[in-house]
Amino acid sequence: MWRSLRDELHPKGFELVTVGLDALGDAGCRPFIEAAKPSHPSLIDRHHVLAELFGVINIPSSVWIDEAGVIVRPAEPAPAPPQAGAAGSRLGLPAELPQRMREIMAEAAKIPRATEAYHAALRDWVANGAASRFALSPDAVIERSRPRDADKALGHAHFQLATQLEMDGHHAAAVRHFREAHRLVPDSWTFRRQAWSLEKVGDDALARFWQGPDPKAPEAWPYEGDWLSDVREVGAENYNEPWRP
Amino acid sequence: MILRSLQVPKADFEAATGWTLKPEGACRGDVCIPLARPAGDTVDVAQVARDMAMPLVAAEGHALWALGPAAIGSRALVTAQAPDLQLPDLDGRTFSLSSLRGQKVLLYAWAPY
Repeated sequence: MWRSLRDELHPKGFELVTVGLDALGDAGCRPFIEAAKPSHPSLIDRHHVLAELFGVINIPSSVWIDEAGVIVRPAEPAPAPPQAGAAGSRLGLPAELPQRMREIMAEAAKIPRATEAYHAALRDWVANGAASRFALSPDAVIERSRPRDADKALGHAHFQLATQLEMDGHHAAAVRHFREAHRLVPDSWTFRRQAWSLEKVGDDALARFWQGPDPKAPEAWPYEGDWLSDVREVGAENYNEPWRP
Repeated sequence: MILRSLQVPKADFEAATGWTLKPEGACRGDVCIPLARPAGDTVDVAQVARDMAMPLVAAEGHALWALGPAAIGSRALVTAQAPDLQLPDLDGRTFSLSSLRGQKVLLYAWAPY
């Protein structure tokens, strides 16, 4: 999706670095990376250090960093460049989707995306650098980064402990720490989506996108919320904070 | 930061947390936090965690800990200077964000779920 934009802007001194946030690491990310045939660095982040270090709370998100290594825009929603082709065919999803997946896709379609404004801003920054009005001052970058207090910092520690316990095969222990992370960092969608995605329903391409109770055993669902319930509660229109120039 | 021991090499601590340990304290960009004792080649994580208000959580029944970010200020970023993110690619090779100095970078977070 992003490769053609990257290849267009690369000769102008721009590089894209994609980071897959997934406790399952290669096993989770590889098919998607290989399908994208990236010409740019494509990295794996099993512990979501992008959350800890940059304040990422949702995907897809971006951080803009200038030539001197200074952040000029902190984590914010990053809509995909406009493109041809249906999402379902890219993901290898079955043509006939279960009811829950149809409902998820209907909610996802309602999420506002500032696609045109965001990509115009990106091109403006690549062309004009520090003179671009979209390149924020260091103080504005800090001020716009996510709020973080002691509870949230603690929640990040619980989350990383959960991802490591999951990697080590201690799923029940991982769930306990994911739940703590969810309680302490309620504004992170990624922390919830990661945990929900590990409760696979079925074994096809939809297993990790189900993000909620298995209809055959709903009582086994170990979390308070699920994707569909949580998005409906907050309203799809509020899923992301509005993009600010 | 994931820990199997509470004594870790300084370089590992710096790479994982984004804080550089200097004689004047733990520093990121122009922000420095004084430490009770200057760090040597090995970091006493429990002590540094106290000095920097970093939460340290233990996994019950495992020699495993997680060190969370310093709760300094009220924001995720304490400086606009980007930490030197180091992560592996699909082939397990470590990539350093700082290798891209001189270019504009869009760091893009995605997930397969």
